[in-house]
Amino acid sequence: MLRVLNFAHGTFYMLGAYTTYQFVQWVGGGPGLFWLAALGGALAVAALGGLVERLLFRHLYGKEELYQLLFTYALVLILSDAAKMLWGTQQKSVSRPPELSGAFTLFGATIPSYNLLIILLGPAIALGFWLTLQRTRVGRFIRAAALDRETLGALGVDVDALYTWIFMLASFLGGLGGALISPMRAITPGMDTEIIVEAFVVVVIGGLGSFWGTFFGALIYGQVLSFGILFFPRFSIFAVFALMAAVLMVRPWGLLGRPLQ
Amino acid sequence: MMARGALLDVHAIETAYGLSRVLFGVSIEVHPGECVCLLGRNGVGKTTTMRSIMGLTPPHAGRVLWRGRDITGWPAYRVARAGLGFVPEDRRIFADLTVWENLDVASRAARGGGSKQFSIERVFDLFPKLRELTGRNGGFLSGGEQQMLTIARTLMGNPELLLLDEPSEGLAPIVVDHLGEQIARLKRDGLTILLAEQNVEFSLALADRVYVLEKGALRFSGPASALRDNEALRHELLAL
Repeated sequence: MLRVLNFAHGTFYMLGAYTTYQFVQWVGGGPGLFWLAALGGALAVAALGGLVERLLFRHLYGKEELYQLLFTYALVLILSDAAKMLWGTQQKSVSRPPELSGAFTLFGATIPSYNLLIILLGPAIALGFWLTLQRTRVGRFIRAAALDRETLGALGVDVDALYTWIFMLASFLGGLGGALISPMRAITPGMDTEIIVEAFVVVVIGGLGSFWGTFFGALIYGQVLSFGILFFPRFSIFAVFALMAAVLMVRPWGLLGRPLQ
Repeated sequence: MMARGALLDVHAIETAYGLSRVLFGVSIEVHPGECVCLLGRNGVGKTTTMRSIMGLTPPHAGRVLWRGRDITGWPAYRVARAGLGFVPEDRRIFADLTVWENLDVASRAARGGGSKQFSIERVFDLFPKLRELTGRNGGFLSGGEQQMLTIARTLMGNPELLLLDEPSEGLAPIVVDHLGEQIARLKRDGLTILLAEQNVEFSLALADRVYVLEKGALRFSGPASALRDNEALRHELLAL
């Protein structure tokens, strides 16, 4: 939205998982404590994101995208090494919160309750975020800043501070993603690049800068990948990249994106 | 020459874009309640003067004093909060925001309150056309409507001094006349105005005092009547 390309977002996701793991180690896995740990993890990542924006990222606004790309890639390398130093290269795991450790059966398949929560939480967060953008004053500030930083500043809005908050919010959501996924998968040092490649495919399919494009891009990505695994297991990964290539050929700006002026 | 009680005192500012210098020591004073006009042809530095005052393109020499306080080099949002409202030449409407949203993001209470605060309602009274367009996206307005919206938007911040950069540019003559009436009304309501214009007739009808800029420096300053009544002088200073 803000025409900022942040490859370190996947790293924030990974750090969200690691910090959640760390908090679970500290507070234990009793009832309710997982949620506290997840929130703590996401907040820690948000704080890191704010720091990164204040000290480093803000010098890159208005510069070529290439600089943002190089800078955030450097950040990916630094932070992933830092994570390896802190948590080692062995994979870590977090158990599901006891209140959602059960499972239920749907069409003969057993689905853990926790997965259902994640499935519901995704659209809920997307909708909540969209409503914030459309219906609140802060949302209007964010949309105006994305269109014209300078003018919004001349109207008396401290756009620098606004950007720091937006960046923190984005980091929080990235960290929260990692925190919530932590009981469902192994926490490994490579999960940052894994997710950022997936996210990149998703936004290219959906349209860079398009809110609902990203949402539907993610759904399409998931379906293509899952049915790919079901029908052509060997080509499932190929299928999503083929889809991305096809989208790029037909609509280079993505399904719901807008062509560059 | 520093007059007492000047609201805005711009003192010998020099401003450059990168290596190209645009202003060579421009000094301007604006007193409370005045409408001061900055006249000059295209490219003589009117917009740069406005942007320098506003902190959007800070001058590298000279000072900008607001109520006697040095605001040179302040970021634009602080300058705006101190009571200066800038209406840019290219209007800069937030195209994907509605008229109402454009006004809302700019609304800010005046320092120290006061009863004559601008609200969306009051701004609609001033520009009734905007009331009909509340829900329309800014990008879908005509040039004249956008000009009204950009002035209305700046008023939402309750400025004490309005910096108007070429408001008449690109508008049909009848729209320009209408705009002139609105600006005159704002002035009657006690707003102080600094107007940059190429349109001599339009600005002399509104201005109390005039500065004429040429190649980044002042060529003339005096009462608007001096130019109004003296066609030879007007011709000498401003003929294309």
